[in-house]
Amino acid sequence: MRLAKATLIWAALATAICVPIAAAAASPLLAWRGPIYILAGFAGIIALGLTLIQPLLIAGYLPGLSAYRGRRVHHWIGGALVVAVVVHVGGLWITSPPDMIDALLFASPTPFSPFGVIAMWAIFAVAFLALFRRRLGLRRWRIVHISLAVVIVVGGVVHAMLVEGPMETISKAALCALIFAAAIKVMTDLVKRMRATSRGESPAR
Amino acid sequence: MTTVVLSRRYLLAAGGSFLATGVSGLLLPARAEGLAPTDSMAGGANNYRKGAPIVERIGKGGFWMSGTVRRAGDGAPLAGQRIQIWAHTTEGQEHEPQSHGATLTDKDGSFRLEMPQIIPIFGQPHGHLTYDSGEFKTVFLRPVMRSAKDKSLEAHFVLQPA
Repeated sequence: MRLAKATLIWAALATAICVPIAAAAASPLLAWRGPIYILAGFAGIIALGLTLIQPLLIAGYLPGLSAYRGRRVHHWIGGALVVAVVVHVGGLWITSPPDMIDALLFASPTPFSPFGVIAMWAIFAVAFLALFRRRLGLRRWRIVHISLAVVIVVGGVVHAMLVEGPMETISKAALCALIFAAAIKVMTDLVKRMRATSRGESPAR
Repeated sequence: MTTVVLSRRYLLAAGGSFLATGVSGLLLPARAEGLAPTDSMAGGANNYRKGAPIVERIGKGGFWMSGTVRRAGDGAPLAGQRIQIWAHTTEGQEHEPQSHGATLTDKDGSFRLEMPQIIPIFGQPHGHLTYDSGEFKTVFLRPVMRSAKDKSLEAHFVLQPA
C-alpha cells in the first residue's frame, strides 16, 4: 500500500514534468529554429519543471527521501535551476541579442518578459543568499527565501503562460497549476509552523 | 506723443483673448495638426538590416504583409515610398538576409508584399517594418499577429517630415 502510494506520487511528478517536455519536443515550430534557440527554449521548460520539484522536496512530500536527503537534493536542484536559467537567457541572447537586451532592460514589447527577468533575479538572489544562510539565521533565511520563492513562482508561471512558443497549452497550464498548488501548500504549512515556533510551542510535525 | 492707456476694459479683453488662444492652443494641439504621426514601436528596430533590396516577393511567399503610408497632418496618401519588411519565417530567422525585403507604395499609398509564413519568435508571432528613406522621419513598426495561424498582417504608417 505504502509502496503503491510512493510509486503513484513519483509517477505523477514525472508525468507532470515529462509530458510538457515531450509535447514541446513534438512542436512543429522546432523545424524553423536553430539548435541554440531550441536548447534555450528547453532550458526554460526544464527550469519550470524544477520549480515544481523544489517545494515538494523541501516539505518532504516525496517518498523515499529522508528530510536530510530531501534538503540536500533541494540545494542541488536549486543550483541546476540557476544553470537552466543561465542557459535559457544565454541561448536567447545568442539567438537574437537585441530582443534579449530589451528584455533585460525592461524595454521589451512582450508582456511576459519582465515576469521572466524578475523571476531570474529572484532565483539568482536565493542561490547567492543560500551561501550565507547560516549567517542569516534560520528564521531570517526562511522569511527571505519564502518571499523570493513567491516572486519566482508567480514570475515564472506568468512568464511561461504568456509565451507563445513550442510548449503545448494544456500540458503547460497543468504544470503551472501544479507549481502554484505545491508552492501555496508548502508555504502556508511552513508559515504556520514558523508562527507556532515563534509562539514557543513545539513545532507541529 | 502717444500715451498708453491701460484701461480695465482693455486689460480684460486682452487677457481674455490671450487665455482663449493660449489655453485652447495648449489643450488641443492635435486638432491644429490633424492626423498624428506614427511613433516607432518598442523592439521595432530589432534585427534591422539597412538597405534590403526591393523584391517581387520574399522567398517562396504564402503570407501577405500589407498596409498604407500617409502624411501626417492632412493624411494624404504617399506614393512611391519604400517600406522594408522582415520577420522570422519558415524560410529563415529575423537577422538573416533572405528574411528581408522591401516594396514601394502604389498611387493610393498602399503596399503589399508576399513573404513566407511568419512563425512565433521570442514568444510572439510578429513582423517588422520600417520606413527609412530619409525624406520623412524614420519609423520602425512591430505588429503582432492575433493568431500564429494567420496568413496576413497589416501595418500602417503616418509619416512626418524629417
